[in-house]
Amino acid sequence: MKELGILTGSREGVWLGTMTRIDRPSSPDARGVLAREVRDSVAIRFAGDSGDGMQLTGSQFTLEAALAGSDLATFPDYPAEIRAPAGTTYGVSAFQIHFGGDVSTAGDDPDVLVALNPAALMVNSGDLRIGGLVVIDTGTFTKRNLSKAGFATNPLEDDTLAPYQLLKLDISQRTRDAVEEFGLSQKEALRCRNMWTLGLMLWMFGQDYEATAEWISRKFAKLPTVAQANVKALHAGHAFGETVEMPSDVVGYTVAKSDVTPGVYRTVTGTEATAWGIIAGARAAALDRIMLGSYPITPASPLLHTLAGLKRYGVITFQAEDEIAAACAAIGASYAGALGVTSSSGPGIALKTEALGLAIATELPLVVIDSQRAGPSTGLPTKTEQSDLFQAVYGRNGDAPLPVIAAATPADCYDVAIEAVRLATKYMTPVMLMIDGYLANAAEPWLLPDADDLPSFPVAFRTDPENFQPFARDPVTLARPWVMPGTPGLAHRIGGLERDGTTGHISYDPDNHERMTEARAAKVRGIANDIPLQETHVGPERGETVVVGWGSTFGPAFQAVKQLREQGHDVSHIHLRYLNPFPRNLGELLAGFQRVLVPEMNTGQLVTMLRSAFLVPAEGLNKVTGKPFKVAEITDAIRKRLEQ
Amino acid sequence: MITATTTPAQLKPKDFASDQDVRWCPGCGDYAILKAVQRALAEIGKSPDETVFVSGIGCAARFPYYVTTYGFHTIHGRAPAFATGMKLANPGLDVWVITGDGDGLSIGGNHMLHTLRRNVDLQILLFNNEIYGLTKGQYSPTSKPGTRSPSTPEGSLETPVLPAAFALGAGARFVARSIDTMQPHLVEVLTRAQANRGASFVEIYQNCLVFNDGAHSSFTDKAIASDTQLLLEHGKPLVYGANHTRGLRLKQGSLAFEAVTIGEHGVSTADLVVHDEANLMLATMLAHLRPPEFPVAIGVLFHNPHSSYERAVHDRAAAAGAKPVAQADIGGLLRGGGRTWEVAG
Repeated sequence: MKELGILTGSREGVWLGTMTRIDRPSSPDARGVLAREVRDSVAIRFAGDSGDGMQLTGSQFTLEAALAGSDLATFPDYPAEIRAPAGTTYGVSAFQIHFGGDVSTAGDDPDVLVALNPAALMVNSGDLRIGGLVVIDTGTFTKRNLSKAGFATNPLEDDTLAPYQLLKLDISQRTRDAVEEFGLSQKEALRCRNMWTLGLMLWMFGQDYEATAEWISRKFAKLPTVAQANVKALHAGHAFGETVEMPSDVVGYTVAKSDVTPGVYRTVTGTEATAWGIIAGARAAALDRIMLGSYPITPASPLLHTLAGLKRYGVITFQAEDEIAAACAAIGASYAGALGVTSSSGPGIALKTEALGLAIATELPLVVIDSQRAGPSTGLPTKTEQSDLFQAVYGRNGDAPLPVIAAATPADCYDVAIEAVRLATKYMTPVMLMIDGYLANAAEPWLLPDADDLPSFPVAFRTDPENFQPFARDPVTLARPWVMPGTPGLAHRIGGLERDGTTGHISYDPDNHERMTEARAAKVRGIANDIPLQETHVGPERGETVVVGWGSTFGPAFQAVKQLREQGHDVSHIHLRYLNPFPRNLGELLAGFQRVLVPEMNTGQLVTMLRSAFLVPAEGLNKVTGKPFKVAEITDAIRKRLEQ
Repeated sequence: MITATTTPAQLKPKDFASDQDVRWCPGCGDYAILKAVQRALAEIGKSPDETVFVSGIGCAARFPYYVTTYGFHTIHGRAPAFATGMKLANPGLDVWVITGDGDGLSIGGNHMLHTLRRNVDLQILLFNNEIYGLTKGQYSPTSKPGTRSPSTPEGSLETPVLPAAFALGAGARFVARSIDTMQPHLVEVLTRAQANRGASFVEIYQNCLVFNDGAHSSFTDKAIASDTQLLLEHGKPLVYGANHTRGLRLKQGSLAFEAVTIGEHGVSTADLVVHDEANLMLATMLAHLRPPEFPVAIGVLFHNPHSSYERAVHDRAAAAGAKPVAQADIGGLLRGGGRTWEVAG
């Protein structure tokens, strides 16, 4: 282990070699004495106790990186416990951000790990890239905390961290010193530790901090002392970097900026993009109202919170007494002529299942958002998985098909949500929109779409009583008419009992039931004619190997295929947005490859569907650790097969 | 929202009778309730096009098919949740929920609780026959202890729920009772329930001829009805009995009723408790009265109006400047609430 720059006592720094001066265009006043390694991209992981504000720290770093023009992807990873006992490994919360020129995943192995206590180091050090930088708050490495984290000996005093560079700072003490003037309690003062750390890291990566200072002042507007102390800590961390010489082995990074399309950008999480997409979709459908019925559940609750703040756009949110009522109220709203939306995660979707069957049977529009998490049962509520695909496609009693679509990235949630509204209203059907815990919380920069480019698919409510039949179908879409109760002359009855294919009256006629079952299936099947043909995302449409993915595996699958292609391998990438029905050329496309590899965060759901639908020898690459794929896991798997 | 503009003058009960064959068992109490509802609807005078009947599962749940209004026969126990969604989407609709003791208090008990406490503007008619009819006679949550049924061959062991007491406990603002065979009374109660802007809970004692005949006979049999039914009237003393000589007064030194005879032991009408529909304690005590010691309280037990949930939701949306989604400024939405930056071309 190289012991670098133990910064204690009055000696503020240890100069250990030659520093290289590098210009830092974003901060002209900076001294920039740190050696800077130029990198295409860098991944930093902030880790600490769940009460240490790591999610917030990561989010603010994300904002600054985005404002500076970096492409980025984030991976918030937090425990299910709100405040697990302080200092324990199960209370560790982490936030990883990968930023730079061309980024599509949150990064395989972080280059930098900020560990604010021993437990954070214990949980995260194994993931760090060999030679990466560990930033430690020595103030927390007490005997008690070391033992709580499960360290028999102090890792700062043995070879544990030998493969890494180490920057040891008493961040706790420095934070206390920085905010001393505000007369905060010891506890309150230490709560500014994350901002001190953020200040230092922003400096290390040549980022500004003004947006964060502004954000702090806004957030704590009612607690001016707290606001001032946090801003002071942020400044102090940044100033520390500027004024203190770092050890030579600790390099800073000059990170490539993204070579991006001109336009207006913002960062967006999957949750925000989904909420806005629902609104944009309802506008495109020319509806008056959106009614979200929801019940709190991790990781879907933020969608309820986001939409609850958007009332002025015609959104009503209803926090129901349970998941069932949430779905039923949404269906009731659709029946009454609004866009019914319900959102949950796997266990909640399971509870909504019977209601979804009713929406299928009565042919009412509904958008169902499933933020998947690791299951079965309660599973790992805060960890991501893609294991609800079977539930979405098959999980109902009776023959009960519904369209299933999935978002690939946080920003893609916007387009997919609009598409969900289009399919639901055009085909009078519930639509399942699959996201996952990773997409819901992860952020990326987003080139804002031009509002004028919003598609238009206005709903034509039936108002003409002439020859009205509740289940007479549109000859092309096979959709039945949507009638708002209150429309004169169109009063009619619908329900879950099988109904006559025209009048909608209860019908026990066996032939009618068979016709209706087929009509419901044909309607959903027919959507294949109304969606784009499947294309490869990268690579030719025929070849040796194709990687087929869906949902949030998009980033790592794309990067893996890109890297292998750069190395001359014959690999293509297909990413599926439409999971039911599949695009109508998908079977033909897959048949053009000798090998089909399907990476999924489940034990093999899409792969089973592809094999079943197209009789292709598709092979699964499965991961259920609650964490997204690393690019290397996919490249390794492909390489292994290419070498066979 | 579209609302009907043509209300035919002088609607008649038959204007609310659909062309569908009614398929309840001959002699079922549901027929009489259907008739009373159609009469009430005619009296209320709202167009069938502005009215929705929502039901769950059970014998009573077929109801929507038999009226000419909009109707939605949903899933077991969940009708109040569907109805809540309808009112949130279109508060102008007049929405009636038809449920039973199993649908509304067993599988759907949770939704009943929350719909009542939220005070969604609905009329909730709970047909209480103390049995599961559609599944052929199992005991229900309102069955009397000891009820023999296919699932309780030695008799049921559970303490039944008292629907009106449950509704009061849940915070309902309008709680009433009537009986399938009491036509004019039921019509009047339903009309009052509809006039209340909030969740109106009406328990209707209904006879299931096939599986639980006579479940309510201890107070509905004609011969004893006047001595076992207390017909409530706001502002009037609690009087019952064939000659209006029986009454309820408070026991000295206790919060409990005692049944007394006017004119005996110096009891006069002035000693009796006067019904006050806005008094929750009184309503709760009335809800628990059972024969033989006491008569069953029939009529409006409680009415203490409060603004309805969907009204409050829409008021708040209006305060937030809500506009129809169709007019939403998507550009503003996407730029709002966060930092944006421009990359120059």
